[in-house]
Amino acid sequence: MWGAADPRPSKAAMRQALMARHGAMLQAKFEGSTVAICGLGGLGSNIAIALARAGVGRLVLIDFDQVDITNLNRQQYKASQLGQDKAQALGENLEEIAPYVSLSCHSVRLTEGNVTALLQEADIICEAFDQPEAKAMLVNAVLEKLPGKYLVAASGMAGLGSPNAIQTRRVGKYFYLCGDGASDVADLGSLFSPQVMLCAAHQAQTVLRILAGEYHV
Amino acid sequence: MVTINGEALDAGGKTLADYLAEAGYEQNRIAVERNGEIVPKASYGETRLQDGDVVEVVNFVGGG
Repeated sequence: MWGAADPRPSKAAMRQALMARHGAMLQAKFEGSTVAICGLGGLGSNIAIALARAGVGRLVLIDFDQVDITNLNRQQYKASQLGQDKAQALGENLEEIAPYVSLSCHSVRLTEGNVTALLQEADIICEAFDQPEAKAMLVNAVLEKLPGKYLVAASGMAGLGSPNAIQTRRVGKYFYLCGDGASDVADLGSLFSPQVMLCAAHQAQTVLRILAGEYHV
Repeated sequence: MVTINGEALDAGGKTLADYLAEAGYEQNRIAVERNGEIVPKASYGETRLQDGDVVEVVNFVGGG
């Protein structure tokens, strides 16, 4: 990580740069917010990097898994990080990109039993799992147990379909869904980095829009 | 008529659980909003669809 001759810009310099880009009011909203990212694979690792770069103040990173060689085709880890807990490895990568983002890294499996405790502090929750049963569990648990929190979920980004198929829709007042809604990795065999990144970008942009008070799609 | 995923269907009077089974949904892969509110999974059997309801069934597929 950062060596003895620490080349990091100061916190004040990085904040100034973000304020110059985004304006002080918007940057204050980003900096004052907490976003939870549930699942740190192709979706979650890309969402986290986009939000950290934008200056979101605090990220809660949750994944029970470790970095595997088969993840490197689309997930934001390095070959040097194989075997590490994803929550820890992504945290290290984020600290190199955005050294002052506040991180809470959890190497645990999210269940109906711990959703409330782990996600209580978040303003917005991103569903970024890969298994459909886990996606449905989280969406139902958040909407049932954490009313008033915004949820940005994803479904359908496998295969080599048209990038224009990826969309965001607002299913309910607090519930947004990104993806094409249909392209299942079980049918299509693989996930390709650009399409997964597109879906993650839809999720991250939706998060920033919600923080900015832009709720329509 | 009940509007389900944008389509007007003659489903008034059915329970949500019956509709979902007839339509072929796997209950552990979906979330259902009815008139803008999440329907708790435990309530599918006792939730009776009424004419005028607007229902969104979100069916999750794999990949992420």
